Amino acid sequence: MQLDLVTSLYVFLLAAFIGFEVIRRVSPLLHTPLMSLTNALDAIAVVGAIILAGEGKTNLAKILGTIAIVAATSNIVGGFMITDRMLKMFKASGPRKP
Amino acid sequence: MFASENILEITYLIATALFVLSLKWLSSPVTARRGVWAGEAGMLLAIAGTLLHKGIVDYRWIAVGLVVGTIIGVPLGRVAMTAVPQRTALSHAFGALCVTLVGTAEFYLRAPNVPQFMMGVLSLEVILGALTFTGSLMAAGKLQEVLPQRPITYKGQNIVNLGLLAIAIGIGVILVLHPDKTFLFPFMIGIPLAFGVMMIIPIGGADMPTVISLLNSYAGLSAAAMGFVLGSKLLIVAGALDGASGFILSVNMSKAMNRSFTNVLFGAFGQEQVAAAGTKEARPVRSASPEEAAGILAAASKVVIVPGYGMAVAQAQHKVRELYDALTKRGVDVKFGIHPVAGRMPGHMNVLLAEADIPYDKLLEMDDINGDFPQTDVALIIGANDVTNPAAREDQSSPIYGMPILDVDKARTVMVIKRSMAAGFAGIDNPLYYLDRTLMLFGDAKTFVGSIVRELSGGHG
Repeated sequence: MQLDLVTSLYVFLLAAFIGFEVIRRVSPLLHTPLMSLTNALDAIAVVGAIILAGEGKTNLAKILGTIAIVAATSNIVGGFMITDRMLKMFKASGPRKP
Repeated sequence: MFASENILEITYLIATALFVLSLKWLSSPVTARRGVWAGEAGMLLAIAGTLLHKGIVDYRWIAVGLVVGTIIGVPLGRVAMTAVPQRTALSHAFGALCVTLVGTAEFYLRAPNVPQFMMGVLSLEVILGALTFTGSLMAAGKLQEVLPQRPITYKGQNIVNLGLLAIAIGIGVILVLHPDKTFLFPFMIGIPLAFGVMMIIPIGGADMPTVISLLNSYAGLSAAAMGFVLGSKLLIVAGALDGASGFILSVNMSKAMNRSFTNVLFGAFGQEQVAAAGTKEARPVRSASPEEAAGILAAASKVVIVPGYGMAVAQAQHKVRELYDALTKRGVDVKFGIHPVAGRMPGHMNVLLAEADIPYDKLLEMDDINGDFPQTDVALIIGANDVTNPAAREDQSSPIYGMPILDVDKARTVMVIKRSMAAGFAGIDNPLYYLDRTLMLFGDAKTFVGSIVRELSGGHG
């Protein structure tokens, strides 16, 4: 499936605008988890790598695709894990304190 | 066949929506964890949909990749919170590696008949990917201190760097016009790889928050370019979101240092610092013992703690939490003033203090806390330096003049925990240390805070 240039640019442009608006609202408190979360989401590139390795059109595609899957998967697993670990730590001051 | 293709597209569409929601929910600590779940759900859905893709004939290598990636990913998800900056840099490198490899494979699958538009975005993808890969590895190395942290500069550095980048872009242009010249492609990868290394060599530790954000942005943009190449809307959206996020953070960080992007990347800050350090003279300072410090803190009614990279290095955040508890128990109002570039990445201090169980509503940003300093009895600075330096406000000759700072010098008493009077990482002298109201607390941050806590609890019971 191929997209034409204009459709792709529309998608990119709109997503960038949404990104700016949504991410501007993220509290600076959470900028570190923000970075690790966007990094994990970015690893959706694994989809492209899976198709490369799975279609196996050439040996080169198979090898590069497999390494790319390893790199992206480690980002997905590690990125979501550490983001959740960090967010679990953020607690408001509640009745715990006298 | 047609139906299954549609189902795949709908899966991607739902994943796209979940990704946007994921970032939306991250806006507040209350809903943030829901954001992670949305992201995970979108990711699982997209991967599952792709695995059912009819074109896939061989699952063996996919399985190997997923398993090995998980084996590497789990320890990276379990690193100590103090190692989060280097982990983040490393994950930018992995993301960029994936994008570069896929781009390379796509080129050789299609060459020599690559349409011009395709070749253009493909060039963008591999150039950005390759320079982000080595640049992020260098940044991770510096943060992990396996590489020297000091900026390394030499004459003509900027010309060399810009020249490398220009050559890489030139090759990209030639390939767009003549995609059959496949022998040029390895150069279009190799040169940006070298550029990534050269780009980070002159960067010092204090600039890391900006550089990490910038690399984050590049990683996102290269992934978006990959989305253009593969015709994947999902990937374009994810890349655009990541690119936008990195861009916003880079702008924030540059503003917080009063510097432009180009200044961070090509500024050769190191040379100015040497000049500033040269004018330093020995001036008298007042120092105090843990007992005296504890006495002053116990008598205060309002205390602001300003943490910096030194707190992270000394792993002092849990001792700081004990101090927070001891003072709160005595009825002292304790808050934290967090400078945007404190530490080595955006939000670094917040994560460390949250790890130590300090409630996040006590962590205040620079603009929210600065008005409080004139009514503050004690400003306690733990391992922060430049972000408290009044020279940024007053001394036009200072290399950091104009940088927004925490106005700690307006507090009634300023206490600075510091290992010695030796110039800090940035090498810029801090006039704050010579004020009459300033007490220097010499020692390791963790040990010193521990001693203050012992004094406070000893006096109490």
